[in-house]
Amino acid sequence: MEWIQYAISNIDVLITRTLEHIALVGLAVGIATLTGVPIGIAITKNERLAKNVLYLASIIVTIPSIALFGIMIPVLSIIGHGIGYVPAVIAVLLYSQLPIIRNTYTAINNVDPALREAARGIGMSQNQRLQKVEIPLAIPIIMAGVRTAVVLNIGVMAIAAYIGAGGLGTFISRGISQSDPRQLVLGAIAVSLLAVIVDYALLYLQKRLTPKGMTTLPAAD
Amino acid sequence: MPIQSMNGMLRVLLLIAAFSLGVWGHASGVIDEFLFYLPDVQFLAVEHLWLTAISGALAIIVAIPLGIVLSRPSMARWAESAMQVLNIGTTIPTLAVLALSMSLLGIGIVPAVFGLFVATLLPITRNTYTGLKGVSPALKEAAAGIGMSPAQRLMRVELPNALYVIFAGIRTALAINIGTVPLAFLIGAGGLGELIFTGIDLYDPVMMLAGAIPTAILAILVDALIALIAFVIVPRGVNPARKARA
Amino acid sequence: MIRLENLTKVFDTPKGAVVAADHINMEVPSGEICILLGPSGCGKTTTLKMINRIIRPTSGKVFIDNQDTTSLDTQTLRRNIGYVIQQIGLFPNMTIEENITIVPRLLGWNAKKYKERARELMHMIALEPDAFLKRYPSELSGGQQQRIGVARALAADPPVMLMDEPFGAIDPINRAVIQDEFIKMQKELKKTIMFVSHDIDEAIKMGDRIAIFRDGHLVQYATPDELLAAPQDNFVESFLGEDRALKRLNLIKVQDVINSEVETVTQQDSMETALSRIDRSGYQHAIIMVNEQRQPTGIIPRSVAQVSKGRCHDHAQQVPAIVNINDDLRKAVSLMLANDITWLPCVDDNNQLCGHITQRAMTHHLGARFRAQSGNTAPTAPLTEE
Repeated sequence: MEWIQYAISNIDVLITRTLEHIALVGLAVGIATLTGVPIGIAITKNERLAKNVLYLASIIVTIPSIALFGIMIPVLSIIGHGIGYVPAVIAVLLYSQLPIIRNTYTAINNVDPALREAARGIGMSQNQRLQKVEIPLAIPIIMAGVRTAVVLNIGVMAIAAYIGAGGLGTFISRGISQSDPRQLVLGAIAVSLLAVIVDYALLYLQKRLTPKGMTTLPAAD
Repeated sequence: MPIQSMNGMLRVLLLIAAFSLGVWGHASGVIDEFLFYLPDVQFLAVEHLWLTAISGALAIIVAIPLGIVLSRPSMARWAESAMQVLNIGTTIPTLAVLALSMSLLGIGIVPAVFGLFVATLLPITRNTYTGLKGVSPALKEAAAGIGMSPAQRLMRVELPNALYVIFAGIRTALAINIGTVPLAFLIGAGGLGELIFTGIDLYDPVMMLAGAIPTAILAILVDALIALIAFVIVPRGVNPARKARA
Repeated sequence: MIRLENLTKVFDTPKGAVVAADHINMEVPSGEICILLGPSGCGKTTTLKMINRIIRPTSGKVFIDNQDTTSLDTQTLRRNIGYVIQQIGLFPNMTIEENITIVPRLLGWNAKKYKERARELMHMIALEPDAFLKRYPSELSGGQQQRIGVARALAADPPVMLMDEPFGAIDPINRAVIQDEFIKMQKELKKTIMFVSHDIDEAIKMGDRIAIFRDGHLVQYATPDELLAAPQDNFVESFLGEDRALKRLNLIKVQDVINSEVETVTQQDSMETALSRIDRSGYQHAIIMVNEQRQPTGIIPRSVAQVSKGRCHDHAQQVPAIVNINDDLRKAVSLMLANDITWLPCVDDNNQLCGHITQRAMTHHLGARFRAQSGNTAPTAPLTEE
């Protein structure tokens, strides 16, 4: 249990890197939500487009993160950001698209047609229907998508330590390169705990955001 | 159709991009550099696939029976807590799984395969369990009612009807697996990660790409292969990918 | 034959023991359909499912063809009982052929035999074998799926069938069609069937006997007509509905109520003869005119006979309505109401006049069964529990 002593004596570094990790993932998933949700809503209007967009997003997720970094570094070095947090944030941004777009699309599409008709029947315009009925009902499912994205990308961000993005992965990379089991185990456990805790926190938020009367929680994936 | 014309335009753009990439590559000598890495890529890609094949096969062999056992009514008391543990397990980042595996087993192929095995095991077990639990009670009652033994019910009714979900789990798991294999280089197991990480360390873009592009292509190919196998194996009547005749 | 002896099921729930079926005793003779009827939670489904041990009895015995089934192992027992459930439960991973031959295959029939059987079954349920055998359940309509469900249960030709609300999920129009088909099939197959329903009309239509359940008890077990004529208590009476006398009309045939003495005139008779026969027989309104084959061809109304001369042929009016002796009283009543008349001529299948039926006679018949019920010792006496 040497790693615990190591953690205690390096508590300030641990806190800094944890916050760094959270900030980077939060920033990237935040931006991803701002792009993914509108895209998800937009593609409900066109089934073919939806299929293509979702297909593209699923191909991106299939690409291993380290390979994505390897491809992005030469490209981004043209603008002088080959190494560091920029490729990491872009990768997270890209990986987050699939869960967020897919869940938004499914949620809006799955709104009970009877509700939609009722909304039309009482004279709501298309935008009003979207704002007053469809989005509120879709929010828990969109949240589930965000949650999936966050948990996935806490792992991606850990790997990004290898391209100099910082975060908790730094403990692991140093642990391996310096053959220091204390840093290795601390990094592994810290990043695992972060993922598990954030997952539960977002699950709690997701339940809070579910309108009362809607008890069934749709699956995240 | 605006989409079709968009697709057409996309294709033309892709052709132009590929062509100009080729011209640029030839002019700058990048292609020659790539060819320099070709033997390495071949060797490491085979190693890469072996790591996936061994750890993936082990995971499937263990995960499906485990999922089956957990889904039996007699296990109901344990199953839910076991699933909770598995769910927590799947949120653990794969780099952490490999790091923990290394801290237990040291450096080399064995800890790498073990780490990959654990990361692959969880999604398959989970989907096998949920797939089997999701088989409609009416089907199980009908199967029991016509006099099938518990083993017959499992083999002829429950598994075929859960197969689509099980395959979805295998697909997710192998995508995670093959995406994690490059990291296995870090704990001394080889694979295409060698080119990527060495390329990053040496800041050699061509070396990086020589590792990254085949890694990405392998991942996409393996994913497509599993999708194809699922398409063929899952019976037509319960395979949403195969349209039913009207 | 199915016989239940003291069949009992007690469920242990967190709120304590619940008796779902309490000492059920009943017997279904071979070749008959027995409908288990009652409100939800009355124990009818539990009772049915104890027969093939989908639910294990707490105590009591089930006999099939006088054999105590306790000694049989569960799978053998079930393979010899056809089982149809409301959710149909066709296996979506199997083709229609694989679905309906599953029991024969479990029993180890060879391929030639079970394939032949599949085609035979498809003809039985009126579905074209070549069009359907290779398809999957999801490609069929609900009604077609339920027919396949019945075929699967019949596949190994079990002597006994259990059906749990088999037609409950089908829309009313298709349900009536499938019920009729099933009754027709049963006339040839003569299976011994236990059938759970919550629909009183279905029970009257399909059942040779009806068992009414309430709170885990068998309240009354009788033929549909007996049940409607003499409900045991207020519960049964209210369950059957206030229009239960009307429901009986479905069960009684014209020939049960027919008055076979009927006066006629021929086409050659004179109008005076017609008038005198009307007066002699005490008919109020008219007399029937028949041809040489004794087929009704017209009527001579009394008012016309009083004022006209000549042959009947020249003055006859069209017969407003005729019933067949095999029709049920429901049709007879309907014709009377529609034509504003109180009697109908009745003919046999050759269209020969064989009598007439009056409103009075029908009312009397319905009432008579009710009055006679107290002293009824007919062979169809209800086998109710103590």
